[in-house]
This record gives sequence, structure tokens and C-alpha cells, in this order.
Amino acid sequence: MAWNRDQMAARAAKELRDGFYVNLGIGIPTLVANMIPEGMEVTLQSENGMLGMGAFPYEGEEDADLINAGKQTITELPKSVYFSSADSFGMIRGGHINLSILGGMQVSEKGDLANWMVPGKMIKGMGGAMDLVAGVPKVVVVMDHCEKGGDSKFKKDCSLPLTGKGVVDLLITELGVFEIDRKGSGAKLIELAEGVTLDEIKAKTEANFTVAL
Amino acid sequence: MFVLQPLEAFVTSKIYPDAASALKGLTRDGMTVMAGGFGLCGIPENLIVALRDSGAKDLTVIGNNVGCDEHGMWLVLANNQIKKVLASYVGENKILESRYMKGEIEVEFNPQGTLAERIRAGGAGIPAFYTRTGYGTKVAEGKETRQFNGEWYVMETGLTADVALVKAWKGDAAGNLIYRKTARNFNPMIATAGKVTIAEVEELVPVGALPPDQIHTPGIFVKRIIQGKDYVKHIERRTTRPRGSK
Repeated sequence: MAWNRDQMAARAAKELRDGFYVNLGIGIPTLVANMIPEGMEVTLQSENGMLGMGAFPYEGEEDADLINAGKQTITELPKSVYFSSADSFGMIRGGHINLSILGGMQVSEKGDLANWMVPGKMIKGMGGAMDLVAGVPKVVVVMDHCEKGGDSKFKKDCSLPLTGKGVVDLLITELGVFEIDRKGSGAKLIELAEGVTLDEIKAKTEANFTVAL
Repeated sequence: MFVLQPLEAFVTSKIYPDAASALKGLTRDGMTVMAGGFGLCGIPENLIVALRDSGAKDLTVIGNNVGCDEHGMWLVLANNQIKKVLASYVGENKILESRYMKGEIEVEFNPQGTLAERIRAGGAGIPAFYTRTGYGTKVAEGKETRQFNGEWYVMETGLTADVALVKAWKGDAAGNLIYRKTARNFNPMIATAGKVTIAEVEELVPVGALPPDQIHTPGIFVKRIIQGKDYVKHIERRTTRPRGSK
């Protein structure tokens, strides 16, 4: 037993706070948009240049001029505002976005993140990920705990090229939740997913961590 | 008579009949071209086709993406005109992928915010700036780093281009531009960073028709402007929700 994609997103949604401006990455982080608690005011940023991202449009109402950073058609809200990509990354780099939730390929116990390239494979580019992790004060990574082959993705050191050094605050996998200190004082297991034992998560993790359940 | 209407004489000179005539005399082999757009949203569709038809080759192309299969800057790429690309994301582009893997095209990956700021800086006469983005990564290799207030930053340089191509929703004969929704993206910075900036608009209106307080790009940055036509506005990922749902 472990968390499924929706449960991982639901756990990430617990990091939302009233009044937050939030940037969500592609994949599981996108699901967090559907899990904003009733009554909580959260504004979603799309880094191409929009605050106040709305739901997908009804069929037939798609607007080619209105897309999110994943290039999906979306809608606007009464509070929405559009701006240039330079202003958008000014918000990100300037620390005005409260929370960034994104996917990962590897995370290290020092809070390093790798999620943009695998040497020898086609590089598509980092898009806005490097800016987000460098500028947003709280960075949450949601990813599978292990590779398909079984290797731990939460490592002592990332073997893949980095997206950012010492940038991850919280790691959520299907097995549990780790708090990471950006300054390098280590990682801490703070939650286990339902039905997951401490022995199992220890066996599947390369990174060093303390236990604070 | 013309003394009484100097503005008119000045502004009409910016309007060109079509994309090909607007690019005439500006294209040459080895030049650097910037183009606005994020994915296929807000790309200068008419000017890209004219750039392809100009045949200018060995181009350095700067933009967030290089089009995607069959669309946008892909047309120029497929016509073997591009030598080097500066972009933040080049997915969904099979020709680029295969040429990149074979080493036939140079791609310089820039973090999206760094790319946006390099263009903004270039257009604003700022030769370089420092950013936290990319510190400790491949992006910082070979670049000057410096500590400010205990944090490490990477020096990035400003970017300019021989020709900048942008797309706006509305524009007037003075070159003033208004963008629409997320089609704004990289267009406002790119408009400032070209030695010659050409704008194409969906609606070319008379001077005075755009509210001065709502203009996004002041006409000083735009040297040539055309009324665009036959917009396709291809959607890369059409996502919808069922009617009646929240």
C-alpha cells in the first residue's frame, strides 16, 4: 500500500495557505488545483504570464490566446491579470510567489533538485523550473520514490544535472513525506503513507534521514 | 499642407502592405532574429512565413521555443535556415530533436526567466545582470558568479537582435501595441530588443483609437507594422471540461 497520484496531490495541497500565490508544475502538481480547500483563497500563477488561472474551458469555448505554462487551454477568473513573461519571472525571482509545487527526477538529502535533463537523451529544456526553485521561498517536490528499475530517487547526491542547489523544502513521494533543510543540516521523515512501514521506506531510500514521525 | 500634418507623414511610414515587404532589405545570412510567442501562442505567424520565404540562412533564432511540428518557427527550421537557437524549451519538435542529437544545430538552453530578463535587459541598454537562477548548475558553468548579501548569483548578459518579430492584438500607425491575454508572453520584451522591430497585428487601427493608458508597447520600439492575415492560432493542447461541470 502507498499513496496514489491523487493522494500525493492531496498531501501537497495541505501546504496551501489562505492568500497564497502558487505556481504548479506539470503532472501530479497540476492535480493540486482541484484540491484547494473550500473557503481558502489561493491564486494560481502561470509563468507564461497570468495570475488567477481558471478551469479548462467548456468545449467550443477554447481561446488560443489563453493557455497555461503546459500549453493547455484554460479560462480566466474575475481576479485574473495578464502580464509579460519578464514581469512573471520578476514575481518568481523576486520571491513574491509563496509556493512552488513541481515534479522531480532526483532530490538529494541536501535539497538539490534534478528534473530537467538526462545526459545522452534528448534535452527539451528547463523551461521555468530553474527560476522557480531559485526564487520561490517554499519549494515542494512531488515525485515517485523509486525509478522503474527500483533505484531510489531520493539520494545522497543527485547523479543527474541539477535544476537547483539546496532548493527543496519538502519532498512528497507515494511512500511518505520528508522535510529537507536547504542549508544542508539534513532530511527528516515526517510522515508515512498509509500502509507503509518505516522499514520499507528505509529499504527504498538512498538518502540519509532522521525520523520524526 | 504637410507642415500642418507632420504626425501623419511620420506615422504612415511605419505601415507596410504585407509581411514580405516589411522584411525587405532587413534579412541577410548569419543574422540574429528574435520572435515572440510562448509555444504557438502569440507568435508572429505572417512574419515567420515571410522569414522562411526570404531564404536567409545560418540564422541565430532567439525565442522561448522554436515552434513545434509543422507550426511557427518550425517552418524556418525545416527549411534549413537556422544555425543556432537560444530557447528555454524545445519539445514537440522532431526536426530540432534529430538535428540536435546529430550535432547539426547549436542549442543554448536558457532558464525561461533568465531568457526573458536577458531580452528585457538588452532592450533597456543593460549589458549584464546577476540572478540566483541556475547557480550551482550547468547553466552557470563558465559564467561569473558573485555574492550579494550572503547569497550567490550568476552573471547573465543582455540580448539584442538584428530583427525582432512580434505579434500583437491591436496596433496603430505609430506602432503602439496592445496584446491579448497570454499571447503577450515574450512579445513586449522582444519588441524592445531589435535593431529593427516589426510588429504584425490582428487589427491595425488609426492613431488615437487605442487608449494611451492601455498601450503595452509604446510605438517608439516598433519600426514597421503590418496588418496580419489568415491567422491559424493553432492550439497545442486543447483541454476542456464537460458542460454543466464546475
